[in-house]
Amino acid sequence: MATVEDRQFRVEPFPGGTPGNQRLVEEGRLPDYDVVGTRPIRHDGTDKVTGRARYGADIKLSGLLQGYVLRSPHAHARIVSIDTSRAAEVPGVHAVCTNADMPSADHRAGDLGEGMVDWYHLNQNVLANDKVLYTGHAVAAVAADSVHIAEEAARLIEVEYEVLPPVLDVREARGADAPVLNDDVRTDRQPAGETGDTPTNVAKHFHYEKGDVDAGFAAAELVIEREFTTETVHQGYIEPHTATAFWSPDGKITVWTSTQGSFMIRMQVAELLDVAISKVKVVPMEIGGGFGGKIAVYLQPVAAVLSRLSGRPVKLNMDRSNVFDATGPTPGSYMKVKIGVDAEGKITAGEAELLFEAGAFPGSPINPGCMCVFACYDVPNGRIDGYDICVNKPRSNAYRAPGSTHVALATETIVDEICEAQGICPVEFRLKNAVKEGDERVDGVTYPPVGMWETIKAVELSDHWQSPLEGPNRGRGIASGFWFNFGGNSVVAATVNEDGTVSLIEGSTDIGGTRASVAMQLAEILGIAAEDVTPTVVDTDSIGHTDVTGGSRTCHATGLAAIKAAEDIQAQLRQRAAMLWDVESEQVEYGDGATLTGPEGKTISFQEISGKLTQTGGPVVGRGSVNADKHGGAFGTHIADVEVDPDTGKVQVLRYTVVQDVGTAIHPSYVEGQMQGGAAQGIGWALNEEYHYGDDGRLHNASFLDYRIPTCYDLPDIETIIVEVPNPGHPFGVRGVGEVPIVPPPAAMANAIFRATGVRMRSLPMSPPKMLHELLASDG
Amino acid sequence: MAKQRIVSTSINGNPVEFLAAPRQTLLEVLRDNLDLIGTKEGCSNGNCGACTVIFNGRPVDSCLVLAVEAEGGELETIEGVALTDGLHVIQDAFLGQAALQCGICTPGFIMSTKALLEENASPSEDEIRFHLAGNLCRCTGYDKIVRAVQQAAEGVTN
Repeated sequence: MATVEDRQFRVEPFPGGTPGNQRLVEEGRLPDYDVVGTRPIRHDGTDKVTGRARYGADIKLSGLLQGYVLRSPHAHARIVSIDTSRAAEVPGVHAVCTNADMPSADHRAGDLGEGMVDWYHLNQNVLANDKVLYTGHAVAAVAADSVHIAEEAARLIEVEYEVLPPVLDVREARGADAPVLNDDVRTDRQPAGETGDTPTNVAKHFHYEKGDVDAGFAAAELVIEREFTTETVHQGYIEPHTATAFWSPDGKITVWTSTQGSFMIRMQVAELLDVAISKVKVVPMEIGGGFGGKIAVYLQPVAAVLSRLSGRPVKLNMDRSNVFDATGPTPGSYMKVKIGVDAEGKITAGEAELLFEAGAFPGSPINPGCMCVFACYDVPNGRIDGYDICVNKPRSNAYRAPGSTHVALATETIVDEICEAQGICPVEFRLKNAVKEGDERVDGVTYPPVGMWETIKAVELSDHWQSPLEGPNRGRGIASGFWFNFGGNSVVAATVNEDGTVSLIEGSTDIGGTRASVAMQLAEILGIAAEDVTPTVVDTDSIGHTDVTGGSRTCHATGLAAIKAAEDIQAQLRQRAAMLWDVESEQVEYGDGATLTGPEGKTISFQEISGKLTQTGGPVVGRGSVNADKHGGAFGTHIADVEVDPDTGKVQVLRYTVVQDVGTAIHPSYVEGQMQGGAAQGIGWALNEEYHYGDDGRLHNASFLDYRIPTCYDLPDIETIIVEVPNPGHPFGVRGVGEVPIVPPPAAMANAIFRATGVRMRSLPMSPPKMLHELLASDG
Repeated sequence: MAKQRIVSTSINGNPVEFLAAPRQTLLEVLRDNLDLIGTKEGCSNGNCGACTVIFNGRPVDSCLVLAVEAEGGELETIEGVALTDGLHVIQDAFLGQAALQCGICTPGFIMSTKALLEENASPSEDEIRFHLAGNLCRCTGYDKIVRAVQQAAEGVTN
């Protein structure tokens, strides 16, 4: 068998894209599909370009009340008392609620699909009980005839606080003298399974070890150890959180909301309000971006409680400052990472200490951070310690490859330093050290077939890498990144219509075009056009449990469910054809061109037999239900060209290319879109985005003016090279695409900045003031 | 609540009268009073452009306009862009170029694009990026949006 190094590759335009949209092709191996890999118009597109699509805030119901949530002005305080009596007396007010109106919760763990939650803590996050732990922490809520009345009434709620000192930095928060946020938190040490016995902010300590780390470093010719910090950042979805709920007199609760996972909202509402899940129906509205931040509940249980108290449906919307103050974010971090290499540039050992902000309650993505830190490379000896640490900031949430972007900054800039010190090309170093099938990660996982090496190969062959970059203050950097991707539960039901089309229903909310990519997989199996499938996302009473749209899982797992539904349809249609022809169904084949063939040259098309279903036993419904577990990890490598203004410290991105192994691209346009959008978020994280807190713990930049995400004027064209190393765990080879592209940008930018200026940036964001400070320091 | 006033305006070519309190923004009235929910709220302080409408020929953030200021004016919202016999070339271009993911910013981008192309039928890529810098998109990285505007400009020019 030829080794990967012997195989021949080329980079060429991906059909149907612009010149900047390319793919890596292996000689003699091109995928052969009819629908997969094409670019049909997305099914929900017309509604979205005409303003008819209904998002969370667009719901209207008769008798609808509007609510307002009163939030803490303090970062850390004990609630002495809450008096809502004056608010309740305001004309037009129908209900006022506090935590006391919710059932009390226990310390039990719930799995939200992209992170665990403790119900006791989630209860307190939804409405504070005895303490507020960050500015913007919800304290009470009002429902009234209008949002303005609700807001005016909420301001009459009298809350007496005993203000406590806040702690905002992870290193301070783990110190013995730090104020402790939650007196119920004890350090949970994994995998040892030990629990500490004193109250602490250090909620978790993960420890992984592989091989002989000390011997590995002793064998190294070069060892580089560096410290890194990143600031708290927000997912920055454009649609604020919103929820509308009606608690019917029969005990049923209906929630209309914008969410990544309607079944996770159902579970959380049921748990927090102590009702059976069957009593809760969640109607997923269109979702205006999530990126991991729209999985946990904030407003949904509060709207339900206000509805119970008022007897009317209640809508709660956050404004933008609420979104920054109280939702999101992804943690700020402190990281110390050490890597050793031998004289040939092979990694001999790695060591990492990672401190992530949990925010107000435990639950940062520290464990994935630990598992990702050395994930791109064959590290024979490794030791990783990760800590989840509570600070007075909003409870952290998943954000696109949670934890991986942080650690890639550390590993990938050290790798670049090693290349610089040893005089090795960064592409060559990565080709030499890239993980391959059978390599074992430090946390003990052995890789299935993966495409890390191929992404580097694509970089090497790319026009971008092969084009010289000239001019002063300019530099080029590359960096790689990893994400596990995910499988999980998905359900699809597909009904054959008598005109030869298929109506597909699914539980996966569609954030970036998954109606299309799921429908296309069903169409490919049946041999019909993507346009002949009508996909609809339905509520939790109408389809089986489907996990979140997150973890890059939807195209993979809901796609698998669609494939199973299509195969179910094929089996049923073979029976129907057998009935028409009076033969056994084993004698009927469902072949290419959506045609069923039987003995003696009998044929009938999918369209024809669709019109004969009522004569042969009634409508045909295909079912697909999966708990997918063969998702296959994914890697990306990015190339960044930057120019650094020596007078202002501003970094301009000149050219940017995203290379990623996606397994198989179902709808290349939306795959490219994920790659481009993830890179843009990563560039924003790299260059500008950060939460600015005062010493009192108040957030100073809770607006899109002051928390500035990239605009189209800040970014260049973002070129893409799709790499397709098929995932053996999916019939078409899908791995998933959404998360990896946010991982490499900060490190790629830092490496490019070094080549441009000679300055190593080890702290995000690499904003003009920090950049200028480092430039001036290096001159001195 | 302060006394409501009658505001007479034109929306998408049709005369419209509505009641508005002095504090209400045009965005709030469009969405809540007039059921024109295609105009989206992203920030309510003029930073994201999701609520862009065309007011007397100019793109504005409707969250920064008081509803009473619409008196005597001409408004165009996303609901008025499609033609009776099909989509506008800008809408076709956004679909064809896959220039949307979640879609919440899309109406605002389409309105800003329409205003741009009415003023400058053949904008350069730099002019497109400069003109659209008031509209935030967090999903796409803007690349495909820029391609869509370029495609639409060709369609408008032809």
